[in-house]
Amino acid sequence: MIRVQREDFDPGAEIAALTRGRRDIGGVTSFIGLVRDMAGGDKIASMTLEHYPGMTEQQLAAIEDEARKRWPLDAVLIVHRYGELKPGDRIVLVVTASSHRDAAFDACRFLIDWLKTKAPFWKLEETSQGPRWVDAKESDDQAAARWRRE
Amino acid sequence: MKLLYFAWLRQKIGTAEENLDPPGSIATVAQLIDWLKTRGPNYEGALTNTKLVRVAVNREYVTYDHRLKPGDEVALFPPVTGG
Repeated sequence: MIRVQREDFDPGAEIAALTRGRRDIGGVTSFIGLVRDMAGGDKIASMTLEHYPGMTEQQLAAIEDEARKRWPLDAVLIVHRYGELKPGDRIVLVVTASSHRDAAFDACRFLIDWLKTKAPFWKLEETSQGPRWVDAKESDDQAAARWRRE
Repeated sequence: MKLLYFAWLRQKIGTAEENLDPPGSIATVAQLIDWLKTRGPNYEGALTNTKLVRVAVNREYVTYDHRLKPGDEVALFPPVTGG
């Protein structure tokens, strides 16, 4: 399940809703991404996430499908926010559930690595030096490349 | 053809969205980008470094050799920074 929204989310409530009434799930892994207050030595006042309505949802759904093909997952949730966020605000939630922990851990890591390089979002930081678009990081490409299949 | 621009590409070009009719000789994404660059310094400035220009056609990532069809929705944007 994927959601793209402006509003904040409650990680505990999301996980509870995802696993409610389920007796087959043995383990849940979650990742929560937050806005940092520093970037490249500059103070960040806010970060605005732009997205491509329609394509963003489609890409997140495709990433979920890929994870489900690779691991035996009982539940998947990706919630990604857009709009203006402040340091400390939640940006993204990834939850994976499986009967065994290895699949839940690996799939969660895979999903966040792929989100970084495949999900159509762009971040504009309002820094002490003025506004600045966040560049894609080579380290993110390398993290995603670990999961590539020839 | 519907063109969409995001992030700094949108800012440099000066619009988020426009409908354009490229000449019939424009068959691929690479040719479309070359044609757009002739439309003004704002396009030229935004599209010069194609290493920083990613493309989606009808909401799917494509490479520069992708062949375009009339009515396609073509989006140009910098490398994404999700998560």
